[in-house]
Amino acid sequence: MNSMNTDNDKEEDISSSETAELADQGYSAAGEVGMIKSRRTFRENVWRGLKSAPPTALFGLTVITIYAFFAIFAGFLAPYGEAEIFDLSYAPWDDQFMFGTDQLGRDVLSRLIYGARNTVGIAFVTTLFAFTIGGGLGITAAINNNGWLDNLLSRSVDVLMAIPSLIFALILLSMFGATTLNLIIIIAVLDSTRVFRIARAVSLNVVVMDYVEAARLRGEKLMWILWREILPNIMPPLVAEFGLRFCFVFLTIAALSFLGVGIQPPTADWGSMVRETAGLIQFAKYDLTAAMTPMLPAAAIALLTVAVNFVVDWFLHKSSGLKD
Amino acid sequence: MHPIVRTILQRLGLGLVTLFVVSLILFSSIEFLPGDFGEAVLGQAALPETVAAFRKELGLDLPVHERYLDWLGGMLTGDMGNSFSGRGAGGGQDRSRAVIDLLAPRLANTLFLASMAAIISVPLALFLGITAALYRGSIYDRLVNACTLTTISFPEFFVAYILILIFSSFNQIFPSLANISPDATFWERVYLSALPAMTLTLVIVAHMMRMTRAAIISLMASPYIEMAELKGASKSEIILKHALPNAWAPIVTVIAFNLAYLVVGVVVVEVVFVYPGVGQLMVDAVRTRDVPVVQGCAMIFAATYILLNLFADVIAIITNPRLLHPR
Repeated sequence: MNSMNTDNDKEEDISSSETAELADQGYSAAGEVGMIKSRRTFRENVWRGLKSAPPTALFGLTVITIYAFFAIFAGFLAPYGEAEIFDLSYAPWDDQFMFGTDQLGRDVLSRLIYGARNTVGIAFVTTLFAFTIGGGLGITAAINNNGWLDNLLSRSVDVLMAIPSLIFALILLSMFGATTLNLIIIIAVLDSTRVFRIARAVSLNVVVMDYVEAARLRGEKLMWILWREILPNIMPPLVAEFGLRFCFVFLTIAALSFLGVGIQPPTADWGSMVRETAGLIQFAKYDLTAAMTPMLPAAAIALLTVAVNFVVDWFLHKSSGLKD
Repeated sequence: MHPIVRTILQRLGLGLVTLFVVSLILFSSIEFLPGDFGEAVLGQAALPETVAAFRKELGLDLPVHERYLDWLGGMLTGDMGNSFSGRGAGGGQDRSRAVIDLLAPRLANTLFLASMAAIISVPLALFLGITAALYRGSIYDRLVNACTLTTISFPEFFVAYILILIFSSFNQIFPSLANISPDATFWERVYLSALPAMTLTLVIVAHMMRMTRAAIISLMASPYIEMAELKGASKSEIILKHALPNAWAPIVTVIAFNLAYLVVGVVVVEVVFVYPGVGQLMVDAVRTRDVPVVQGCAMIFAATYILLNLFADVIAIITNPRLLHPR
């Protein structure tokens, strides 16, 4: 808050000194036109954006920051190792094990922290991958509007999207085996179909612009047009879509891991943690903390999804200029 | 040709192509198995002759297109082959079961669960969606919106475990395991599948309600509704005479779309509640890479999903007045 105030004060100082100068010289229209307007710096823009953010978005941003912090510094923050086994399975919550231990005697808190790195990290990498494939092909299809490439890609995406993605993922996992690498590739490819649709749709409006035509005429290669002419102009909808896609990928991976065909042990992962300790829920009446053990990773998944959704909502609202 | 017939035929064609692609992918899944999968399925002690006979039964000695036609014919007539599990049973005996025998009773269970969830959720979602759209911006609208946004963000198993915690662990109202025996009576089934159906309902209602609300709101913003308001029509008249005839298409699409979603959402919920349905069978088969069972289950899921979406598309086309009366 303090730094924000000083920024504002500085701004006012500058403008008041400028007006003072103007008053000294007497008003001249040419002077006003010729005056260099100071642009807001990136940091000032971020602050302005945050100041106007609704509480839900601020909540979402805070949650995402905390998750990112835990994910990045998992190795320093976790009290024990990811797969470190103690000979005390299903230990109660106490000073040594804050959230107890699981069925093999692994510390639940440590696994939760490592889970932030593994589950969120894998979902993030998968989404990035899906955007690289889907976005690249989508923009290429838009440049090649109604050509053979566009038609081929669009029709195959139509067909792929008609198959439920969870079922499709299960089929492919049974074909290639359930390893983490296969999981990332399969989900990324399946999800890139959705990215393809939106990337193609938004860039169709951009490829008809004169500057794209100019770039084509001066003989720029496909990559240049894609990267320097179109991509910067379709960023806002793509960023919002990235948030939504991340939620979807994150939930799909969690569901697959919960089903036992996603991220494989001993990698700590929230979906499989729920599955492994689910039986404890039966004892809720006698020991509430034990029943919370499977609920913690499930709640961690839910909280992150809600947070991302809030931020995306706010972002969409801002970039679409809706005041409703 | 009437444009509506052409559009419907196009959609049907796309549906058929999709089914064909699904069948190709499913069929090729046997090609991707590692070369020694015969030994893996039959066990280390299997004789070379047994392995050879097994490969012959799968038709691996025939050309691919013959095998595909044969396999497709089997799928369409209900002969989906035999499961891999049980092949390696002791004494060289073959204890595998026909996939269709495994599948048929479970399919009935899954359909029962899905229809139970649908019967509860469709009227509830329509009621919530329409009322939320009518009292837009009120506390009621905001409350319903916040609740549904949260349930959408929750993974299905989280919703399921919260329900188990409330209705099974703290208050023993419903059982947390839905182990339905084949000879259970109707009401026993309803009682046992109460929690799975509630979970599915919560997830589906959230989606459906939001889509219904959006459809009605975008409709109420159109000029002819404002015109009806300005000429002094009553609120019920506006809704029944002006809004509803145009709202059918989006609403039916929403319902069919969500029923299709239900088919898929059933997988996770069945595993949570150990409900003996197709979803659980498929997940188990994926884990053990029992290809014939995966093929059978996936074909049923994909076909249902594609057909429901096709149905939604066709309804949307038929009820669109602009397509019905082309200029």
